[in-house]
Amino acid sequence: MPDSRMHAEHYPGPLHNPPVRSAEVQRSASHAHHPKLQHHFDDMDQQLEASTLGMWVFLVTEIMFFGGLFMAYLMYRWANPTAFQEASAHLNKFWGAVNTIVLIVSSLTMAMAVRSAQTSARPRTQVAWLLATMSFGTAFLGVKVVEYSDKFQHHLVPGPHFQWPGQYPAGAEIFYSLYFCMTGLHAIHMIIGLGLMTVIAIMAGRGKFNGAYYTPVEISGLYWHFVDIVWIFLFPLLYLIGAHYGAGH
Amino acid sequence: METPSYLNDGHGLKSWLLTKDHKRIALLYLASVTAFFVVGGLFAMLIRLELLTPAGDLLTSETYNKMFTMHGVVMVFFFLIPSIPAVLGNFFIPIMVGAKDLAFPRINLISWYIYILGGLFTFAAALSGGVDTGWTFYTPYSTAAANSHVVLAALGVFITGFSSILTGLNFIVTIHRMRAPGMTWFRLPLFVWSHYATSLIMILGTPVIAITVLLVAAERVLHMGIFDPALGGDPVLFQHLFWFYSHPAVYIMILPAMGVISEIVQTFSRKNIFGYSFVAFSSLAIAIIGFLVWGHHLFIAGQSVYAGLIFSFISFLVAIPSAIKVFNWTATIYRGSVALDSPMLYAFGFIGLFTIGGLTGLFLAAMGLDIHVHDTYFVVAHFHYIMVGGAIMGYLGGLHYWWPKMTGRLYSEFWAKIAAGLVFIGFNLTFFPQFVAGYLGMPRRYHEYPPELQVWNVMSSAGASILAVGYALPLMYLTYSMFAGVRSSADPWGAKGLEWEVPSPPPTANFEGTPIVTHGTHQYAPSKEVGIA
Amino acid sequence: MFTNLPFFPEQASAQAGQVDAIYFFMVAVTAFFALLIAALIVIFAIKYRRRDDEEIGVAIHGSLALELMWTIVPLGIAMVMFAWGAKVFFDLYRPPQGAMEIFIVGKQWMWKAQHADGTREINELHVPIGRPVKLIMGSEDVIHSYYIPSFRVKADVIPGRYNSMWFTATKPGKYKLFCAEYCGTRHSGMIGWVTAMDPLDFQAWLGGGTTTASPVAAGEKLFNDLACNSCHTPGPQARGPALAGIYGKSIQLQGGGSATVDDAYIRESIVNPQAKIVAGFQPIMPTFQGLVSEEQLLQLIAYVRSVGQQPAPTGTPGS
Repeated sequence: MPDSRMHAEHYPGPLHNPPVRSAEVQRSASHAHHPKLQHHFDDMDQQLEASTLGMWVFLVTEIMFFGGLFMAYLMYRWANPTAFQEASAHLNKFWGAVNTIVLIVSSLTMAMAVRSAQTSARPRTQVAWLLATMSFGTAFLGVKVVEYSDKFQHHLVPGPHFQWPGQYPAGAEIFYSLYFCMTGLHAIHMIIGLGLMTVIAIMAGRGKFNGAYYTPVEISGLYWHFVDIVWIFLFPLLYLIGAHYGAGH
Repeated sequence: METPSYLNDGHGLKSWLLTKDHKRIALLYLASVTAFFVVGGLFAMLIRLELLTPAGDLLTSETYNKMFTMHGVVMVFFFLIPSIPAVLGNFFIPIMVGAKDLAFPRINLISWYIYILGGLFTFAAALSGGVDTGWTFYTPYSTAAANSHVVLAALGVFITGFSSILTGLNFIVTIHRMRAPGMTWFRLPLFVWSHYATSLIMILGTPVIAITVLLVAAERVLHMGIFDPALGGDPVLFQHLFWFYSHPAVYIMILPAMGVISEIVQTFSRKNIFGYSFVAFSSLAIAIIGFLVWGHHLFIAGQSVYAGLIFSFISFLVAIPSAIKVFNWTATIYRGSVALDSPMLYAFGFIGLFTIGGLTGLFLAAMGLDIHVHDTYFVVAHFHYIMVGGAIMGYLGGLHYWWPKMTGRLYSEFWAKIAAGLVFIGFNLTFFPQFVAGYLGMPRRYHEYPPELQVWNVMSSAGASILAVGYALPLMYLTYSMFAGVRSSADPWGAKGLEWEVPSPPPTANFEGTPIVTHGTHQYAPSKEVGIA
Repeated sequence: MFTNLPFFPEQASAQAGQVDAIYFFMVAVTAFFALLIAALIVIFAIKYRRRDDEEIGVAIHGSLALELMWTIVPLGIAMVMFAWGAKVFFDLYRPPQGAMEIFIVGKQWMWKAQHADGTREINELHVPIGRPVKLIMGSEDVIHSYYIPSFRVKADVIPGRYNSMWFTATKPGKYKLFCAEYCGTRHSGMIGWVTAMDPLDFQAWLGGGTTTASPVAAGEKLFNDLACNSCHTPGPQARGPALAGIYGKSIQLQGGGSATVDDAYIRESIVNPQAKIVAGFQPIMPTFQGLVSEEQLLQLIAYVRSVGQQPAPTGTPGS
């Protein structure tokens, strides 16, 4: 009924209180501005929370990114179980295990780097932990180079030159396609991580991080741990499924 | 002389190309999605011209195939997906939650550059000879048979995907962490809710398409056997991975439009939404259930019948939250104070066209019927009703609604109403006949077709020319208004919401200080608590 | 031009009526709801039009009863559609026993068909009316889709696997055949005609066609030419499993698990023999991928099936 409709004088006021005053009060009341506080955040806590949540969301994205490959892996392994075992037996379990340990230790040193920044340790200490992490990361990539070149020499790179000495060439080629896609994508993430670490280490060397501001170290650490965890899944799925097969022959 | 606003805070190209202001980035997106829309539209016009006659007399088959591929790629990845989120969402989400900017302004700018880079790759693919796989890139055609520039186009899609991911990430963090004091979840405008749901799809779905097109490129270049059966792969795996993203991608296009419509319907009825929490949660329901329906694209692709049964069932389920929204919008108008300004006309157009699009989706979800209509023009008509009738109507409605706020100028209401009418009529004339042609059996992506189907195609092409005029008009009067339009007040529609309490155009920092929010949006009548149904 | 303009393709198969019935039902239901929404919006927009600039609407926040109603009622209707659609699909999916089998091979951009007696045709298909026909389909290159609108049937034809579909034609006549899955440059040229004939005419047509060896006979010849028979023979010393009586049976695989011997398994065993080895045999069979064409594969499968459906011989070695 039109007559039951209200008229303008009943409008409630604006959505928020007149902003200028209240905000001025708020701002002056809050603790002194940290130089690293970006203009659109209210305080350092909000900035850290936002950055950390941003990294978590990004990692969820990364999980889905690798998820597509894991899906393909599951499907093809289900379709070619024996071929995957045979192909996996040709991977070097020793180097795979070494790399696993290297990455786990690098996660530890990374955690220490975050902690040293958080507890306002001396810049030199922070840099030392970061450099340790980077050297483990580089060692991992070095081992990967050795493994990849070995595969090239043995014609295990999928494509026209692929040769398979075993009984299941078709399945093995798919296995190696997935092997290169998955470990290659992982290695690219490692390289990006090393780039991040370099930037962070330089900033740490200049004494930028302390208990009041260590967001970049924290979120780089999250990223680094994620990349490690991906490897923790890749290692058994790629290297270890052929263990019994290898033993049986 | 001018009041300070984000528009006059810095001049020159550099102040735009290096800006971190979400409002300026939104305008960068506006310019670029408009350019892509024009390009995609030109491809569509060539397609409709070719289909005027049954014989393939205007274009060769190769060219025709490239036209519909480029039309799809450009429209889906470079227009529809970024349109509302990157333009309107970018501009208004920070203001609506009471923040000075998105959580990560620099990432916001980077995502625009990534989008442009992806666009350049796609243009490179188009200019160097084009792609002819269809926007779906189905294997093994795309990896083994096509001899066009698949890799370039795939990289374009791959790159632009990251733009979408970063935008979604930015929105999620902003909505979680940047809300002003008092802006509780259930006071958020529904536009923000729908963008939250959209962002979830962007961050969960986009990476899967990214890795999938990357594998296509790898298979083409390195001959790795992932999808090609000749190399031991399974081509249907590609379809699963592709639709895992690309079906939810439809919701990336339609959910933001639904958010726009919720805002417009409230403003132009001067009434808060009917059933706030049902409308808000239906967005989330669509986003979540939408991830579980991809298999309805594979009913006849040799998928197990039982899998098909489940996908069909869930596809019917996902229709329900959309129905809830339509009913709630209708109920919102009931006993409102309804003004038929141009944004409201677009909103009505949206509701009508989206209803048809959604209901015809049920036909495709019904397995037995899908056998017949799958891959015919019935499908083409259905998804154009959703994507063009739904998403573009929503986009245009939102653009008209917020244009005075974005530019500080009013456009010609007369021309805006004419354009809205032309778009509605032109659209229906273009796409309704395609339902009939589809049921008659006309397969999609056909360069030549049987002569008895010409009637429907002529109608469709005639409608497309009206539609083209309907789209060209806003381009002209909106551009004109930017320079010569009457200046707008802060709240030209008498709307209620944070974005209407800041000046038009808003200052760079949006608010002078942090606003403290005391109640929900669109509260026109005095009332206890707005929004909780 | 507009007189006699059809809105539906001809109904020329036993299934067409079923599909059209659910179509009509859905058109009616959805038209009702679309018109209901449209009418409500138009009525509300007129009845509650803004009469002066300052007017506002009534604050109504919602109604749980209404929300439940418009959740549950559409859900109920959707479930009817789901169940009906699924039933039609199952009917169209399961071919009846004793259907007449025709092999179809799709390649860019033509459809090849081969009948049981060896008659071949390209971009045409002749079928008798009143008898279920099952098409067994494979592709030599990319994905195609076999679509006969007047029969309301369609199925993707996918390289590397077999798909099948069936129909019973009911009305003599010529019907359009389309490729519905985009397959490259001449996709829209990958069309043809399906001719439904009286059974007697069909027999006559079969007799007059270009007959080659039947798929089973051609398959048997291939089986011998490729020396498959040197390993796949009955007897204890055979290096490969004997084929008699195995079709449709479940077999034990090496390394555990089992598989059902169907068209897909036979195909896989020819092109990728190492994938699933029958328990008790060595993985010594070479792959025949690239050596046999898709059509020859279908012939081999037809032969293996014909042997496999015979009862397993007791003692004496068979053919």
